[in-house]
Amino acid sequence: MKRSTRTKINRGILYAILLVALGIVILLADWAAIKENFFDVAVLETLWPEIVTVAAKNTIVYTIISFVGGLVIALVLALMKLSPIGPYRWIATSYIEFFRGLPALVVIIGFGFAVPIAFGWRPPGGTIGAGIIALIVVSGAYMAETIRAGIQAVPKGQSEAARSLGMSSSWTTVSVVLPQAFRIIIPPLTNEFVILIKDTSLLFVLGVAASERELTTFARDAVTTNQDSSPLLAAAVLYLIITLPLTRLIARLERRTQRAR
Amino acid sequence: MTAATAAIEVRELHKYFGDNEVLKGIDFEVAHGHTVCVIGPSGSGKSTLLRCVNLLEAPTSGTIVVEGIDITDPETDVDAVRSRIGMVFQSFNLFPHLNVLGNLTLAQRRVRKRSKDEAEEIARQNLDRVGLADKIDAFPAHLSGGQQQRVAIARALSMDPDMMLFDEPTSALDPELVGDVLGVMKELAHEGMTMMVVTHEMGFAREAGDKLVFMDGGVIVEEGDPTEVLANPQHQRTQDFLSKVL
Repeated sequence: MKRSTRTKINRGILYAILLVALGIVILLADWAAIKENFFDVAVLETLWPEIVTVAAKNTIVYTIISFVGGLVIALVLALMKLSPIGPYRWIATSYIEFFRGLPALVVIIGFGFAVPIAFGWRPPGGTIGAGIIALIVVSGAYMAETIRAGIQAVPKGQSEAARSLGMSSSWTTVSVVLPQAFRIIIPPLTNEFVILIKDTSLLFVLGVAASERELTTFARDAVTTNQDSSPLLAAAVLYLIITLPLTRLIARLERRTQRAR
Repeated sequence: MTAATAAIEVRELHKYFGDNEVLKGIDFEVAHGHTVCVIGPSGSGKSTLLRCVNLLEAPTSGTIVVEGIDITDPETDVDAVRSRIGMVFQSFNLFPHLNVLGNLTLAQRRVRKRSKDEAEEIARQNLDRVGLADKIDAFPAHLSGGQQQRVAIARALSMDPDMMLFDEPTSALDPELVGDVLGVMKELAHEGMTMMVVTHEMGFAREAGDKLVFMDGGVIVEEGDPTEVLANPQHQRTQDFLSKVL
């Protein structure tokens, strides 16, 4: 038998297996149950427009606040980690290892319930504010490592050139090192943003007021009210509408960075 | 040449990297307006010596006096000293996120506190000096190696330095681009700029150098008039090295 013939037969077999598997899934699936539980138009209609104007909007707002806050903390931590002063490095390392080692959910519960109860702390923005602070604290730990790697990826000759022109170490960091470091880390930071979008769903444990609900809390409440899972599917679609363009953007940015090398 | 007239004066300079002694007691001077070329095999310590002069490497012991200021004194303002010493690197080290104008004005504005207009005017003059006035808006990535190095020279000149240090400025260039860079350096030398040049370009040393220093194994083996040293080296190690590179 010729080699090309054998390749064709092998491919044919693989396609046949795929078709049989698809056929089994289609035949065995309970289409009535799926339609009733996930595509109930009457239930879906009750969600509109709050699912976008409240839930999706809150998801995006919480993500942006957490991301910006986390970025500030991460920048401070990254600079501390690269500091020549030992205690600064140790504090930054402990912080990063501590919060990266914990599940985000534990930190959210800690800031949302444990800390306010223990110390009588009234978080700004109420319980949801405490949850966002928890996300800031956790994302700061993750992004700190990204920023540190970005700073270290800037060639040493860059800061040497700046210093040899008489620029102080702070000006060198601000005008020469950081602008280049941020270019390097735009793709991983965008990735961190996508992870944060999904992590805002953990805020559902806090049980917040109706106007403060993000997508997951909103969908879960609607599932309970209607005894139907369609709201969950609607939330999933909205998450994808937000995250998919971003993950495509990351892929494009990464391709561009590779070309530039 | 007395200490009072020397632009750079190095005394008993030792430099260790860990246990490795890279400079083993260097005594060395550069007179005002002179061009001194430093040659030697790789690992001889010539680049380390150059980098010690603007404290990119901290000397382990010894003194370095630049324009009458002891830069090894812990009280010395290192940034102020560096801003008066132009440095040109083998790998150019232009700032890739800034265009040519930005590269030339950044330190002028931050360190010299010049106004935007003044800094741009000085940048233009120096770009003209290196023959790249038309590249003012270009980004470093769009320039050839030779053009990048000339921009780097213009960047250093824009700070009105008292002297210029060159660390193998043509070693990373394609052969056909070396001439332009050396041309700019020769012009600077003729204009009376004080220069210390670590190089493998013997032709440049012969033509533009006032003094040639041969280093090997962390010590200065031989120094003198470039033509003299190149034509008639006194030490065996100098002879061996020159026979390989000439």
